[in-house]
Amino acid sequence: MPYKGKKARELPKEELFTQGHRACQGCAGALALRLILKAVGDRVIIAAATGCMEIISSPFPQTAWRVPWIHVAFENAAAVASGIESALKVLMRKGKLKKEKIYVVAIAGDGGTADIGLQSLSGALERGHDFVYVCIDNEAYMNTGIQRSSSTPFGARTTTSPAGKKSIGQMTWKKNVAEIAVAHRIPYVATVCPTYYQDMINKLKKAANTPGPAYVHCLAVCPTGWRVSPNLTIEVGRLAVETGVFPLYEVINGKYKINYPHRRLKPVQEYLQLQGRFRHLTDEYIEIIQKRVTEEMARLRALEKFGSFYNNFTAHS
Amino acid sequence: MPKKIDAIVSWKKLNLGCVITEPGNAREFLTGDWRTQRPILDKDKCIRCGRCWIYCPEAAYKEDEEGYYQCDLNYCKGCGICAQECPVGAITMVLEEE
Ligand SMILES: Cc1ncc(C[n+]2csc(CCOP(=O)(O)OP(=O)(O)O)c2C)c(N)n1
Ligand code: SF4
Ligand code: SF4
Ligand code: SF4
Ligand SMILES: [Mg+2]
Repeated sequence: MPYKGKKARELPKEELFTQGHRACQGCAGALALRLILKAVGDRVIIAAATGCMEIISSPFPQTAWRVPWIHVAFENAAAVASGIESALKVLMRKGKLKKEKIYVVAIAGDGGTADIGLQSLSGALERGHDFVYVCIDNEAYMNTGIQRSSSTPFGARTTTSPAGKKSIGQMTWKKNVAEIAVAHRIPYVATVCPTYYQDMINKLKKAANTPGPAYVHCLAVCPTGWRVSPNLTIEVGRLAVETGVFPLYEVINGKYKINYPHRRLKPVQEYLQLQGRFRHLTDEYIEIIQKRVTEEMARLRALEKFGSFYNNFTAHS
Repeated sequence: MPKKIDAIVSWKKLNLGCVITEPGNAREFLTGDWRTQRPILDKDKCIRCGRCWIYCPEAAYKEDEEGYYQCDLNYCKGCGICAQECPVGAITMVLEEE
């Protein structure tokens, strides 16, 4: 059952992702993990790729997880999740496990998803395993010291895309992995941000209960790597959505639905100015980013419109 | 009191595959001493909406019998999110003195 319309205080109280994890102060990724478990509950097996979210939650011999969880390599969260899902299926068929719904969730960072894990993700989506893949996107390789990934946004300063006289930081545009997932024609794709906790929990519930593969892309503000004050991570996530930099939408059986932002976009400047990683950007570059965001939003809205056109078309042919 | 963690463990004591058999035992590690400031709640202002609780990355808040949210200082890292996001300004961050 979705928690639509519920107040924060009415959400599940049980903390399946516990205190004592080692994430930096104000880490939105750690909050995302907490919310994921509030959505899927305890009948779940999680495969987590190497990265911040793995390191901070499993400092051996301790773990912050109260559900079955396996640490896998940097590149193969989706492959391991595929194996778990297949094993569950066979064991239940052979009567070695009680027949019940056990969710399988793969979790990886943006490096583990958009870069090194992309082929394993594509393979799992194409084979059609019944699982949920969640990318916790903090827009760089944070665990190893803020190196750029293909998910780092244009203009952001990282240690391998430094800003200086001859460079403005990252010179390429952020890879859109959600759209790559859509291209596999899987039944469910969504983007989420922990600031919109209710939207996030509902989408994860939907993803988990969708038969077949589901892909969820989560923007997770990283105060350490983005040079953001730790108390502002929720607000920065809000601005990412309100400016259209990171729109929240879902794609159900190929049909787009935009959830946030509603019509009017805030200027991207409001989002950029709270982050040290963009501090060096001149007005000229902020304008370039603004133009791109406006175009991308227009594109997304056109895709949303196309959905109803397509539905009409298929209904009458 | 938390158990002391042995940083060096003999391989003979390890479970096969380094399996951890105590779910959630990270709670033995108190992250509260990372904190430089602590949240103080003004109950008169609080509307018991639960936003501080849902937004805390540490799951440090717990609801009490009256429906107020109390922060567990053993785990609160002092990020200040709860104070920032409280819709009625019922939480203030104050510096930790020794
Ligand atoms: C094959 C391989 N190459 C490199 C590494 C080193 N490594 C560990 S985590 C990581 C970066 C993780 O980045 P991301 O997936 O974005 O997760 P984040 O830490 O940002 O959450 C790297 C390069 C590794 N573990 N395995
Ligand atoms: S570096 Fe960033 S993503 Fe990693 S634990 Fe710290 S705040 Fe979280
Ligand atoms: S966010 Fe503020 S008003 Fe809401 S429960 Fe917490 S302290 Fe009370
Ligand atoms: S300051 Fe941060 S860690 Fe402490 S209770 Fe508030 S949100 Fe949680
Ligand atoms: Mg990352």
